[in-house]
Amino acid sequence: MIAGRIAAVALMIAGAAAGATAAEPLPSGTSYLSEGLRTQQLDEAANPGMLWVGEGARLWELPQGPAGRSCTSCHGAAADAMRGVATRYPAVDAPSGDLLNLEGRINRCRTRHQEAEAFAYESDELLGLTAFVARQSLGMPVRVETGGAAAPHYDAGRAFFHRRQGQLNLSCAHCHVDNAGRPLRGDTISHGLANGYPAYRLEWQALGSLHRRLRSCSFGVRAVQHGYGSPQYLALELYLAARAEGVPVETPAIRR
Amino acid sequence: MPTRRQLITTALLAGGLAGLPGAGRSTPAMRDAAVDRLTGGAPVRDGRVVLSVPGVAENGLSVFTTVAVDSPMTAEDHVRAIHILSEQNPIAHLLTFHIGPRAGAARVSTNIRLAASQEVTALAEMSDGTFWRDRRLVVVTIAACIDGG
Amino acid sequence: MTLVAARVSLPSEARRGEVVEIKALIRHPMETGYRVDARGQRIPRHIIRRFEVAYDGEPVFAMDLTQGVAANPFVAFTTVATASGELVFTWEDDRGEVVTVTKTLTVTG
Repeated sequence: MIAGRIAAVALMIAGAAAGATAAEPLPSGTSYLSEGLRTQQLDEAANPGMLWVGEGARLWELPQGPAGRSCTSCHGAAADAMRGVATRYPAVDAPSGDLLNLEGRINRCRTRHQEAEAFAYESDELLGLTAFVARQSLGMPVRVETGGAAAPHYDAGRAFFHRRQGQLNLSCAHCHVDNAGRPLRGDTISHGLANGYPAYRLEWQALGSLHRRLRSCSFGVRAVQHGYGSPQYLALELYLAARAEGVPVETPAIRR
Repeated sequence: MPTRRQLITTALLAGGLAGLPGAGRSTPAMRDAAVDRLTGGAPVRDGRVVLSVPGVAENGLSVFTTVAVDSPMTAEDHVRAIHILSEQNPIAHLLTFHIGPRAGAARVSTNIRLAASQEVTALAEMSDGTFWRDRRLVVVTIAACIDGG
Repeated sequence: MTLVAARVSLPSEARRGEVVEIKALIRHPMETGYRVDARGQRIPRHIIRRFEVAYDGEPVFAMDLTQGVAANPFVAFTTVATASGELVFTWEDDRGEVVTVTKTLTVTG
């Protein structure tokens, strides 16, 4: 009798511990696509985002800057060198203390190591290279660092996510936490994860960055649209990546 | 007369097909006229063609479309062409696939644009000069968050 | 945007007589000519008109396109593996730009 009660309590404790350490990852936006679009996303020969990935693969090998250095010159083959990298971004760049997403890291590499000009945000070049690098982490779970030097950025991103803004006076959480998985017009509200970006969005008829998507969100609630690569969106990107912990990278995902 | 809602919906689809005043829409009659031009007035029979489209398309800008035709695809008996037609887009005749015995199978896929919910027609032209078709209704929905680019 | 990237997928090897599936994607805006830009200016039509496939010089597939085809056109079709040889894929748009991709198919048996 007593032994049974102790066993039950032990089970409850074990259950609580498991819940705290291994929370179920949130569902990816892909789970809200029709079967047809999901099939298209998974088929490299049919996913139009792969056109940009192909461009990124070409740029990876292309000598740049006065020294004629390509990405390969330092990193070697992307399949090995970039495997898993996207799962850790955004991350703080140690020398500068800046929070960088993949786009920022690529441009930092260009200016710091290739002595080349940074690519414009949302240019086909930067989208292609970002998607190509992210593609090397396909299927690997997102796991970003939120402590240490990243902590203030994480806190800023979390605050942004939960702050009401815009003429509609909505926070990100009002849609993507409180109403995630529920229908909105002909759509389903996602959990606001970024594991598929850069993504091929049907409305854009092109590949686009997460920051382009975030600008759409800001527009949607009639709030201030922050700039591409702005500190506000970078911090938010970090918080979204933390929310996506354990969710596999799916770049280039197809989104509506 | 379109309702105000239809007009707004059309404008929202401006990313794709409609939007510019005067772009216009085709009608079922215009679709039928386009079919007549392709067949030269020959009769069109239902059957042998299977058009696969989603019943509900998430976005009219890209609708995955597959057409399969029941044919041995031999030199004597094959599909010459497969046409896809719309009754609501600005143009009725969206595309044509030209195939033949070297295809080995009459099965093709692409992504089409649909300006509105409508019936889509697949029309197959056989080597014996006969025409066969399949028709499917596609409901086109609009994503929740549209940013106009 | 100009025609910059195309992607063709097919098996590198097939048995003689086998029906192989080919999938082709090309980067193109397929601009309808109906849209207006932020300043109210009409964006001119810019579409791929024709896609052709030749297998050892023989035409085996073609497609006529209009603005009713989605941006970055995708097409899947089949061909019978007859002999080892080259497949040439050609897209041409309404500004006369042409993109060509060549693939080799090895036929066994």
